[in-house]
This record gives sequence, structure tokens and C-alpha cells, in this order.
Amino acid sequence: MSSIWEYANPKKFIATTNRLLPWVAGLALVLTTVGLVWGFFLTPDDFRQGSTVKIIYIHVPSAMMAINAWAMMLVTSLIWIVRRHHVSALAARAAAPIGAVMTLIALATGAIWGQPMWGTWWEWDPRLTSFLILFLFYLGYMALWAAIENDDTAADLTAILCLVGSVFAILSRYAVNFWNQGLHQGASVLRAGALAGDTEERVSNVFATPLFISMAGFLLLFVALVFLRTQTEIRARRMRALLARERMI
Amino acid sequence: MPDLGKYAVEVLSSYGVSLGLLAVLVIASVLRARKVKAQLDEVEARSKQDG
Repeated sequence: MSSIWEYANPKKFIATTNRLLPWVAGLALVLTTVGLVWGFFLTPDDFRQGSTVKIIYIHVPSAMMAINAWAMMLVTSLIWIVRRHHVSALAARAAAPIGAVMTLIALATGAIWGQPMWGTWWEWDPRLTSFLILFLFYLGYMALWAAIENDDTAADLTAILCLVGSVFAILSRYAVNFWNQGLHQGASVLRAGALAGDTEERVSNVFATPLFISMAGFLLLFVALVFLRTQTEIRARRMRALLARERMI
Repeated sequence: MPDLGKYAVEVLSSYGVSLGLLAVLVIASVLRARKVKAQLDEVEARSKQDG
């Protein structure tokens, strides 16, 4: 039986992800398109929020992936720290720009949505603030990778930064539960009561079905981009090693 | 096109900004992947020639 650690071999990782990439990318494109087209064109306005409810099909999936990308980076950083597999460190590096873009989309769409609903683009609310700090952590993480020439040292230091930043990733997710204050609403999409079928808690299926499809699309888009970008990082690392060898001859 | 009423600017700008950012991310990732692969092929060919 094959072990997951076989994929720590760069050649095995590239061969496997090359086979999976077209399917994951294709499915991501289909689900994202269906979710967004369904949400934009085929759902009614909310009785309170009007047509701004359509922003949910982008805002929620991007916010979900902003946090989950950091969670993935945390896991791969821990694997690097414990087992020293280069592919895991490079996968974390590959995921950071994707997470940063997802965080930026969540912040931008949140501000655009907030203006008509709350009367302000921005509020130093626990969830909004923790998301902004998470975005700054993404930028710092990418800058640290770029600033350090030695790959192993960069992987070590960025892994530590990732562990520290995880506090804000967790706060981004649970801030509304920790501090019951601020403008941002509490968790509503995956609330326990909603999942248990409580109709009082549940987001109407009219909105929930395209939202879940869009969330699945964003998740697969993230996976496809991580596959592609990790392959690129593996190749870039090999190229740096070969060029260094050339210089020594 | 659905009638977005008085919030048309907010909804359309949200979709525009988001899809634009996603497009930039995807295109940049694909272009860099191609560029790095081509550069590596060149360096590997050179290192094979040099023995």
C-alpha cells in the first residue's frame, strides 16, 4: 500500500498532480461558473438586503478559502518542521499568493457590501480587523520567502511565521463567536442548527444551494492552483540548484 | 440581466473586482509555470551537454 509520504518525492508529486490537474481545474471551472451564474441570474433578492445578497456567492467562498489556505499552509509548514520534506515547504509557499488574493477579495467584497448595509466601508470590528491582519500576514509571509536566498532557511523562518499567523486565521474564523460585538453577523451558513435542519436557523435553499456549489468551486480552484504553483516552485528550486552547480564548475 | 435595482453598482463592482483578481491570479500562475518549465528544460539540457 502506498504511503502519503511518497508524494514528498518531487518527481512523484509532479507526475501525480499532472494527471489530476486537468480534472480538478475543469471541475473547479464548472462548479464556480454554475454557482456564480446560478447565484447571480437565478436567485431572488433578499427582502432586507435587496440585490446585494448576490455578493454572498463570492464573499463567503473567498473568505472560507482565505482561512483554509492558511490552515493548509500551517499543516504543510508543520510537516516541513517535523519531517523536512521540501515539497511540503514549497506547497506552503505556493498557497500563500492564492490565500492573499482570496483574503483581498473577501475584504473588498465585504467593504462594498458593508457600505449600503451598514453605512460604512470599514469598521474596526473583530472579524474585519482579524481578516485585515491575516492579509498582512500573507504579505509578510510572501515577502519573507522572497527576501531570503537560502531555501531551507526561508522555509524554516516562514514556517515559524505561519505558526504565529495561525492565531489570526483562527480569530478570523471565530472572532464573531469570541467577541459578541461588531457589525459583522455571526456564522450563519454552517451554523449547527442550520445543519441539523432547524428552519429558523437555516439559510433558505434558494440561496444555500448555489452558495455551496460556489464554495466547492472555489475549493477546487484553490487545489488546482496549489498543484500548478507547487510544481512551479519545485522546478524553480531545481533550477536554482543546477545554476548554483554551474557557477561552482 | 437581472434587475439589480439601486444596488447595481455594488453588486457589479463586487463581481468585477473579484473575477478580475481571480483572472490575474490564474493567468500569472499559468504564465510563470510555463516560463519556469522552459527555463528548467534549458538549464537541464545545458548541464547534460556539459556532462
